[in-house]
Amino acid sequence: MFRENNMQKIIFSLLLLLSLFNSRWVNAAADLDVNTPAISAIKSSMQNRHAQLAGHYASGAIGLTKDGLIAVRDATALPLKDRQGINALVAAENSDRNALYKEVAAGNGHPEWQGEVRNIFAGRWIDKAQSGWYFEQDGGWAKK
Amino acid sequence: MKSTLSLLALSISLTAVLTACVTINIYFPAAAAEKAADKIIDEVWQLKDGVAMPANKAPEKTTEKVIDPPAK
Repeated sequence: MFRENNMQKIIFSLLLLLSLFNSRWVNAAADLDVNTPAISAIKSSMQNRHAQLAGHYASGAIGLTKDGLIAVRDATALPLKDRQGINALVAAENSDRNALYKEVAAGNGHPEWQGEVRNIFAGRWIDKAQSGWYFEQDGGWAKK
Repeated sequence: MKSTLSLLALSISLTAVLTACVTINIYFPAAAAEKAADKIIDEVWQLKDGVAMPANKAPEKTTEKVIDPPAK
């Protein structure tokens, strides 16, 4: 009888420990880690590029697409000196953005989340855009 | 015998709870992703006064006071 009781206690405390460990693990998953070296590098590259892009968002030359990227919307809104470089600028930004979505998903152990991460970002970029900036909707471009 | 049964029931229910926890982790954490997105976007677009802003203000205008930023 005594032995059985002891055995029970041991099993019970083991289970308790396991559940504690597990709940801590689940809590850790409540936040996504966005401080990996890869993400930080992409972020600072985008931060530097934003100085060049900001004016073009405001003029409507480029807009935010619904898939979390940017696109040339109206090249005539660009000053002549910027027209040649705009495609390369947009391509560089989009490649950073694609890498960012990939890294946020992969950095948190779920590469398959990439598409969902992109969708979340797409919505948040538009929500945080300044008024006057253009964003893509189902029917085409809309002004914020 | 009875205690063994109740122990079995306990382990089964605990296992069920644990599996539920693991299942939660497999689903995409949309709220956490939004938080992460907000954080990154704020930094890239420098929407909030913080770490990113002062660094970019480095080339100061001559009209600005050269005194250190006011204590926050």
